[in-house]
Amino acid sequence: MPRSSFLTSTLSLGALLLIWQLCALLASTPLLPEPAEVLVALFNEITRGELPHHLAITLYRLTVSFFIAMTIGSAVGIALGRSQKANAFFDNWLIIFLNIPALVTIILCYVWFGLIETAAILAVVVNKIPNVIVTLREGARNLDEDLVQMAKAYQFSRLKMLRHVILPQLYPYIMASARTGLALIWKIILVVELLGRSDGMGYQIHLFFQLFDVTSILVYTVAFIIVIQLIETAILKPLDTHSQRWK
Amino acid sequence: MTQLTINIKEKSFSATGKAEKHIAIKDLFFEQAENGFTCIVGPSGCGKTTLLNIIAELDTQFTGEIKLKTQNSNVNATSYVFQTPRLLPWRTVQENIALATNEPETSAESKAAITHILSNLGLDKFVNSYPHHLSLGMQRRAALARAFSVTAHVLLMDEPFVSLDQPTARKARELLLKLWHEQPRSILFVTHDLSEAIELADRILFLSPAPSRIIADVTVDIQRSERAANNIAEFKDRLIQNNKQLEPLI
Repeated sequence: MPRSSFLTSTLSLGALLLIWQLCALLASTPLLPEPAEVLVALFNEITRGELPHHLAITLYRLTVSFFIAMTIGSAVGIALGRSQKANAFFDNWLIIFLNIPALVTIILCYVWFGLIETAAILAVVVNKIPNVIVTLREGARNLDEDLVQMAKAYQFSRLKMLRHVILPQLYPYIMASARTGLALIWKIILVVELLGRSDGMGYQIHLFFQLFDVTSILVYTVAFIIVIQLIETAILKPLDTHSQRWK
Repeated sequence: MTQLTINIKEKSFSATGKAEKHIAIKDLFFEQAENGFTCIVGPSGCGKTTLLNIIAELDTQFTGEIKLKTQNSNVNATSYVFQTPRLLPWRTVQENIALATNEPETSAESKAAITHILSNLGLDKFVNSYPHHLSLGMQRRAALARAFSVTAHVLLMDEPFVSLDQPTARKARELLLKLWHEQPRSILFVTHDLSEAIELADRILFLSPAPSRIIADVTVDIQRSERAANNIAEFKDRLIQNNKQLEPLI
C-alpha cells in the first residue's frame, strides 16, 4: 500500500473512532460503551476462548456456503448469459428467487429439513445464489465475441476456452460478486444461527441481546470486521493485483 | 497432395424480425492449389469475411460444401489472421502463440519454434510482453506469428495489414512472403487493395458486389523478384484494359 493511501485510511478510521468516543461520552450510558472498554472486553473474550470458538464456527459456515454459492451461481450465470433461450425461460425464476425475503427461505429450510447444519448452510446458499447468477450473467453477456471466435478458429478445447478466454474476462464480475457475497452472506448467517443453531456468532448475539449486553455485541462485531478486513487485504487485494498484471 | 475445394451454393443472413433475407454469397466456386497464394479482391460489404468464416468452419449456416482432400488429417485444416490482431490481452505473446498451437507450453521444442518465428518477425525482444505493451503493427506481426506457428493446410488472412501505415504495411508484406517461402502452405488473402494483391499473389479472384460470386480469375505472371511499384502499376493497367467489367471494382 502506498504511504499516502495508508495515511488516509488511518485518518478515516481514527475519525470514526473519535465520533464513537464522543457519542459514548455524551450519552454516558452502559448501552453505548467507549471504544477502549470494547477493546479490553475483546481481549478478555479472546483469552477466555469463547469468542474464537464461535467466530470459527461462523467462519466455517461462511466459507462452505460462500464456495457452494459461488460455484453454482457462476455456472448457472455463465450458462444463462451465453444462451438466450435458457435466459428467456429462467429469467422469471431468477426474479422470484431474488425477491424472496431471506427470512422466508431460512424458516422454510428449517421447517422442511429440521434444525440441522445442512438446512442452515442451504438457507444461506439459496439466498446468495441469485445474486451471483445476475452478476455473472451480465459478465457472460459482455464477452468479447471476437476472442471467442479466434479461440474457435484455433480449435481451443472447452476447458482451454474457459480457462484462457472466458474466465479472464469474467474476473471483475467474479470479484465483484465475491465481495458483495461476503457482506451478504455474513448478514444472513447470523440470522440463520439466531433462529436455529446453538453455536456461532448469531446465537451468541441473541444471548447478549436477552442480557442487554451491548459491550459483548460490539466485541463480536469488531472481531468480525477485523476478520473481513484481513480477508480483503490478505486474499482479495493480492488476487486483484496478480490478475491485473497485464494491464 | 492437399486440395481445397470451395463450393458455396448460397449463404444468406436474415435480419431478426424481417421476412426478407440478404443474400451474401451465391454460386461461388473455386479450387485452391497446394501451396498457392491466392488473393481475393472485392468491394467492401461483398462477403469476403463471410467467405473466410465459412472456410474456417466458424459459420456453418450455408448451402454447399467446403472439401479438403488431404493425406495428413492430424493437422488443423485452417489457421486464421483476422482483421484485428485478436490476441488474448491477459496472456503474453509467447503464451498466445503456444495456446493456438495446442502443444504443451513447456516443451523446449515448441518454445524454440515460437522464438524462431518471432525473431523472423523482429519480435524476439517481446516474447514475454503483454499485447497492451505492443504497437498495433507489432500486435499484427504477433498475430501473423501465431497463424504461422500452427501447422495448418490453409492460412486464411482477412485484410491483415489494413490500418497500418505504408512503410509498416510494406515491411509486413515482405515478412509474410519470407515466412511463406520458408514454410510453404496455401494462403487465401482477402484485401480491397489491388496493388497489394498483385504484389503478393500467384492468382487473384475478383468478387462481385453482394450476392457475391467470382467475376474474374487472374494469374499474376510477374516474376516475384520483379514486383516493383512500376511493374505492379503496369500490370494493373493491362488488367483493366483486358477486363472492362472489373473497372468499377478497382
